[in-house]
Amino acid sequence: MKNATEILYEVTDLQIEARPFDAPPIPIVKGVSFDVMPGKVVALIGESGSGKTTISLSSLGYTKPGLHFAGGTGKLWGKDMLALTADEKRKMRGEHVAYLAQSAAATFNPALKIGEQVTESAVLSGVPQAEADARALELYHALELPDPDRIGGRYPHQVSGGQLQRLMAAMALVQKPDLLVLDEPTTALDVTTQIEVLKAFKKVIQDEGSAAIYVTHDLAVVAQIADHIVVLYSGKVQEQGPTEQIINNPQHPYTKRLMAAVRPAPADAANDGSSSGAFKTDVPALEVKNITAGYGKADDGGPAITVLRDVNVSVERGHVVGVIGESGCGKSTLARVMAGLLPAADGEVLLDGTPLAPALADRSRDELQKVQFVFQMADTALNPRHTLGDIIGRPLTFYHGLRGRKRRERVAEILDLVELPPSFANRGPSELSGGQKQRVNLARALAANPEVMLCDEVTSALDTIVGANVIKLLTELRDKTGVSYVFISHDLSTVASFADDIVVLYAGRVAEQGPTAQVLAPPFHPYTKLLMTSVPEMRVGWLEDIMDTQEALAGISRGVELGRVGCPFFNRCPVAINGTCDTTVPPNRTNGGHVIACHLELDQLMATDVSQAAE
Amino acid sequence: MSTTTPDMASVVPETEMVAEANEALSQDDAFVFEELPDAPPKQGFRMSAVGWVCTAIVLFWVAIVFVGPYVAPFDEAEYIEDVIDKYEEVDTIFMKPDGNAWFGTDASGRDVLSRVLWGARTTIGISFTATILAYLIGITLGIAAAVSGGWLDTIFSRLVDAILTFPNIMLGLVVIAGFSPYIGRITGAQFWDAIIILVALAGVVYAASVFRIARALGQDIMVQDFVEAARARGEGTWYIIRKEVLPNAAMPLATDFGLRLVFVILFVTSLSFLGLGVQPPASEWGSMVRESLTGMRFGEGGNVWATLAPAIAIASVTISINLIVDDISAQAGGSLAKKMV
Repeated sequence: MKNATEILYEVTDLQIEARPFDAPPIPIVKGVSFDVMPGKVVALIGESGSGKTTISLSSLGYTKPGLHFAGGTGKLWGKDMLALTADEKRKMRGEHVAYLAQSAAATFNPALKIGEQVTESAVLSGVPQAEADARALELYHALELPDPDRIGGRYPHQVSGGQLQRLMAAMALVQKPDLLVLDEPTTALDVTTQIEVLKAFKKVIQDEGSAAIYVTHDLAVVAQIADHIVVLYSGKVQEQGPTEQIINNPQHPYTKRLMAAVRPAPADAANDGSSSGAFKTDVPALEVKNITAGYGKADDGGPAITVLRDVNVSVERGHVVGVIGESGCGKSTLARVMAGLLPAADGEVLLDGTPLAPALADRSRDELQKVQFVFQMADTALNPRHTLGDIIGRPLTFYHGLRGRKRRERVAEILDLVELPPSFANRGPSELSGGQKQRVNLARALAANPEVMLCDEVTSALDTIVGANVIKLLTELRDKTGVSYVFISHDLSTVASFADDIVVLYAGRVAEQGPTAQVLAPPFHPYTKLLMTSVPEMRVGWLEDIMDTQEALAGISRGVELGRVGCPFFNRCPVAINGTCDTTVPPNRTNGGHVIACHLELDQLMATDVSQAAE
Repeated sequence: MSTTTPDMASVVPETEMVAEANEALSQDDAFVFEELPDAPPKQGFRMSAVGWVCTAIVLFWVAIVFVGPYVAPFDEAEYIEDVIDKYEEVDTIFMKPDGNAWFGTDASGRDVLSRVLWGARTTIGISFTATILAYLIGITLGIAAAVSGGWLDTIFSRLVDAILTFPNIMLGLVVIAGFSPYIGRITGAQFWDAIIILVALAGVVYAASVFRIARALGQDIMVQDFVEAARARGEGTWYIIRKEVLPNAAMPLATDFGLRLVFVILFVTSLSFLGLGVQPPASEWGSMVRESLTGMRFGEGGNVWATLAPAIAIASVTISINLIVDDISAQAGGSLAKKMV
């Protein structure tokens, strides 16, 4: 280790450009300078397209295909990474600088054992296998992985997403690199998992004394982990400074805007329901009653794996029903049941009060037209070989019989509705940005002129500002057309600000449901409370505060148990009653439209909240 | 845990902050926000120098397929001594190259150059037709299996497994032996009957591997969200195959077509080399190599070109197609691999 006052990674006037085949070069990074000191965490923040990932990759001397270094230097321990030969770069990578990608699931080879993959880079560079294994074990302990002695012998599919993300950190740290590049490592995770991973990362970075470049668009996350923040927009540094200063006293208008787009605490954002009454009718637009659904087929005719149990949801016309819960809780399954993509094993789906056939194939075209599904990943939900005109025009022809000039005119109108220029009708999906793709995805559903749109995590893959724009668009469309939404998300703040009603799902059962303002105010279901406390707050030290509380620790570090007898939340619940909660299904406690499934009485739940608030 | 208790008072500063930030932004005219494009710049197609040379070679042979018989100095079946008086007194078997026969003559005294030029028509023509046939059968059944799944998929897949169990050449030998009594009785002409049997044989044998690829591609595409979106819309199977699956399978299948054509050329020429398929005096590159093997020596009574010329023709076509396909796939998906030194 060199002198601690020496700059570890020094970026000076870095310029990176794309060189298209038949056009002049397009600058992507336009003269960026910053320093990373040993042992410090520097966060690069900005929207997608701001160049943050591209800049972070320069520390490995790497650019994505099609990009080229056009100027400036990136000196790691004084060696310009941009100018090294391939052999020299390879020596620096792993030993001095290591990279942690966004998706652990895509990083691990499913066919090899975890331990083998974690130690691979060390073994390749000449470290004996036994020594590398010992080092890996040390890291498993440091990252607080369960059963550290044996986790290396498992395969990637045998551990949870949060654990895999931490194992990826072990893989990067195995050679004790001086600099760690983390590219959005928690963006795709649930709030509860995010805390677990963030905490492990923070601890291991401190213990190992590694410096890190942390790439993210989430300011609240940055506040927990970074020492220094670099704010990027359009390939240029807008503002940089110590975390305290950027968070508490941002100077640049762009930083202020980013701060404004940060998700507010859910309870503060709660929708008061003022805008939702205009379209209300006697019969709900869509209703599901006592739905039980799952996958596979068991011997008794029911599903082999039951994902949803006794779910009741009613979607009023012009209302937004938010469905929240951690991954695997059955949110998407609920939407698939509504759309008919997955026929329910039991229970019924009602459209305007009339029962719908469980399976898609048995529904009439008119019924299909009224319920539209919007998929989570616009990237994969749009056929790359179709133009936007084809994509948006198809439902027009299919449901409404529009052709030729009429269809083109309507496509232009719909494009306008989602704020895209009419000329886009000739573009393909690959020529759009992430936010634009998501709007086309919505436009396709809108083209059907539906009564209900089932939006499955439509903002989850987008960064904060783009996501906020999509929400704004959805609200406007609702006000114009009276369409209802079932809005599925694991992001409580987004749901809170947008939904009229909230359904909290846990392990396929409804834990709590009711009007947004009531769900997000005491009394809480213990699970709802865990979700609310897990949303990162934009203040330094939040992570430490939250991890100090024992109940959060239990709730966050223990996993979901599917098919558990009694209350599914029993093993993670801070107020669980032994002998009751683990044997009996909790009763529904109702207060007007607000329902909580819990063995505790509403006033008892209220009391636990007050006692904790007093702590 | 005070942070968890909803505090409605904090709503006010939050909204104020947003308003403040927006105001600050509208005042700062110099700073313009637009949604940043993260779509990658379009990659143009760039062929390597080797790719260009190979394309030229393939185009040359394609031209020869059409004009070969017209530019050839002799007919494929003509004996050079019958056409040019000066050779009447000379031994024209495996004659060395000279001014009239640039690559000399073969075992029967026919002009090697002319036979190679004529042979392009049979060799490439048969192979191309057979590959097209293999594609028609393979894609239709492969996509059908991928889309419908279930018993249809099982039946087709096991059938294909059965075909793939046999070594191609073995299967070819057996089938041709079985059909040999019929040669000359299908169309009345031995030449055309042999071609029909060869095309049908190669078409069916290679349809098995095309089936595998088409089925795998189809299955991959069928689970994509855009197919599910079409299904959720209520689209029928035929629409999904035509508009969602095929356009996405077209590129990889087209790339594979080149490689498959190479295999078929090698298969057809191998069968001819073994003496099956097209018979002399009709010219076919594989059979030409075999006929001339006895003359494959330097010195008296030998003409190496009689063997080398058709062999080089086969090699140049197959290697060129292979390298072009390499170039295309490197552009399509392998550019990353090229870059990662």
